[in-house]
Amino acid sequence: MKMYFRTIKDLPLDEYYGPGQLTCAGCGPSIAVRWLLKAAGSDVIVVNATGCIEVTTTSYPYTAWSVPYLHVAFENSAAAASGVESALKVLRRKGILDTKAKVMVIAGDGGTYDIGLQALSGMLERGHGVLYVLYDNEAYMNTGIQRSGGTPHFAWTTTSPVGSKLRGKVQRKKDIMSIVIGHHIPYAATANIAYPIDLANKVKTALDYLDEGPAFIHVLAPCPPGWRYPEEMTVEIARLATETGYFPLYEWDHGRIRFNPPSNAHFDKSRRKPIIEYLKRQGRFAHLTEEDIKEIEKEIDEYWDYLARLAKAFG
Amino acid sequence: MAIAKALSVREEVVKERLGLTSNYAAAYAVKSVDVDVIAAYPITPQTTIIEKLAEFVANGEIDAEYIPVESEHSALSAVVGAAATGARVFTATSAQGLEFMHEVLYIASGLRLPIVMAVPGRALSAPISIHGDYQDIMSARDSGWIVMIASSAQEVYDSIIMAYRIAEDSRVLLPVMVSYDGFLMSHTTEPVEIYHEDYVRKFTPRNLNRHRLDPRKPITIGVIASPDWYYEIKYQVINALKESKSMIKEVHDEFNKTFGTNYDIVERYMIDDADYVLITYGGASSGNAKEAAIRAREKGLRAGVLRIRLFRPFPTDEVVNAIKDAKAVAVIDRALSPGNTYEGPVFNDVVSALYSRGIDKPIISVIHGISQRTMLVDDFYNLYKTLDEYARTGEYPRKTIFMGLRGGEA
Repeated sequence: MKMYFRTIKDLPLDEYYGPGQLTCAGCGPSIAVRWLLKAAGSDVIVVNATGCIEVTTTSYPYTAWSVPYLHVAFENSAAAASGVESALKVLRRKGILDTKAKVMVIAGDGGTYDIGLQALSGMLERGHGVLYVLYDNEAYMNTGIQRSGGTPHFAWTTTSPVGSKLRGKVQRKKDIMSIVIGHHIPYAATANIAYPIDLANKVKTALDYLDEGPAFIHVLAPCPPGWRYPEEMTVEIARLATETGYFPLYEWDHGRIRFNPPSNAHFDKSRRKPIIEYLKRQGRFAHLTEEDIKEIEKEIDEYWDYLARLAKAFG
Repeated sequence: MAIAKALSVREEVVKERLGLTSNYAAAYAVKSVDVDVIAAYPITPQTTIIEKLAEFVANGEIDAEYIPVESEHSALSAVVGAAATGARVFTATSAQGLEFMHEVLYIASGLRLPIVMAVPGRALSAPISIHGDYQDIMSARDSGWIVMIASSAQEVYDSIIMAYRIAEDSRVLLPVMVSYDGFLMSHTTEPVEIYHEDYVRKFTPRNLNRHRLDPRKPITIGVIASPDWYYEIKYQVINALKESKSMIKEVHDEFNKTFGTNYDIVERYMIDDADYVLITYGGASSGNAKEAAIRAREKGLRAGVLRIRLFRPFPTDEVVNAIKDAKAVAVIDRALSPGNTYEGPVFNDVVSALYSRGIDKPIISVIHGISQRTMLVDDFYNLYKTLDEYARTGEYPRKTIFMGLRGGEA
């Protein structure tokens, strides 16, 4: 990643994401979108999947978007963006439109891990110059907290309830980054709303690579009602996700993997905060037993082991 | 004189006469309008359209972006995105593919995007059948698209050119489907007269003066509407489709003038004095009906055919005017509306058109050619004889007739 912004003061004062939209107080995705658009600037076309951000920002006759915005449906934002990108390319080539606009998808975890995975894979395979940003709040929050492929193991949701036989989500979180990287695109990165400078630099870097092909950014974006925590804790919880090693920050840049601070120190487990610090603040994990927590810890260790092997091979 | 004039126009505009299937004719039409973005996914019997277009692109004969998508859902989604960016777009599909697009069909019309799609009609699963009928089109009927159904390869070529002009008209801004018989037309070679491209391009000027994604003038497309707004916005689509009929007729007139053709939104065949009328759509039904009408006339029956060329918006006045003086009418449907009072979907349209003008007359619903079940000219000829009998006795069946059905009630 190139360092376009070093401090928060380097970020543009311009706002492309208007106030007054209808997201919940403390909405993580809303914070993500604000940073995304600041970093991307005005010459961008946004394609948004159905989800929290879509329904809260485009309530007719109002819009929160001061960049061109298209919403088509839930599962097809990557396909629609493929069309936008192709149109820009050919209309430019034919001299019909004079524009350098970049195309950016903004989609949630449901629209990416699950229902939109096919369209995303198609877009990546075909090599469209589109930045796909996944804002991951780890469940179908728009429909009222149902589990998705991005929901973590043991998390409570309304479709992975805590009962006498099953206690939260039975399965583990899908490794979307590995799926994306498997398409051998120029650039993929994780980011976190608690690290806005890192996020903004990744967005700029990704946009600069679009002439070569697709880019992907996976942004962790906590959800107060869905994760069951007080709304003023959003950024703190997001930060803990990275500090505990649950959500490492890294980039896949032209076949090389690079870990960003603070995650670059987290191969050493002692440098990571205990996972309990992250879990105990969230009601969706309130039912966890000591054993469950050990299990989660083990899974995170395994994940870091996998990442270490990746770093060794592709660092 | 009119014929001589049409012939001289033809001489001027026609570049070459080729042997083309309806699918290839569709591809040639798309080529001639300087299309920008094609999104395509293979499905029988549509596939040869997108193969031909891929060849055109590979040979540099079309300067377009060809998006080989991973599904029909993405095909329509991609052209929605491209059309929303201002591009001229094309996609094609059949049957299961159209069903897979279904969700996006309504979005394309709701967003008022000028998309053109070719749909060689095919039966729907299950059981799976690759063969032709019009079940797929009927399932897309209420999606707010303009739907034309052609009956020859030449008409497919001409209709797709017209479709671009209609779809992009600022007074219309609706997607257009051009359908025709799967296999019986999509894979049958007929002579097609291809026009000089400059005439086609002049007939289909680009309209960039429409809502589109442009950073210099940012707009939001694809909003959420509360119950306070949804109804009114949806009504605009309904109204646009209804209003589009006069624009479609206008485009037909201008097309006829420019290219020396003689299209109307319905085709009237020996109908002016007809006592007995078969109402049809598509190639095979209409061709058979015309043959049968000639034969019936030889036997002294005043037989005629009304072919519905524009299916949505429905040509109510034209249909009523064509059959109001007929003694008996049959509507041949190559599609089904299961569970309805009558199972022929277009029959129901015709009856409601007649009802709207207070006309009641012997009219029967006939299903034929399902999954390309062979339709014989004899079948249609016998229908004329039956209609004669119904008219004379005043007795006629008040339920759908399933023609050609083994062990059924033909």
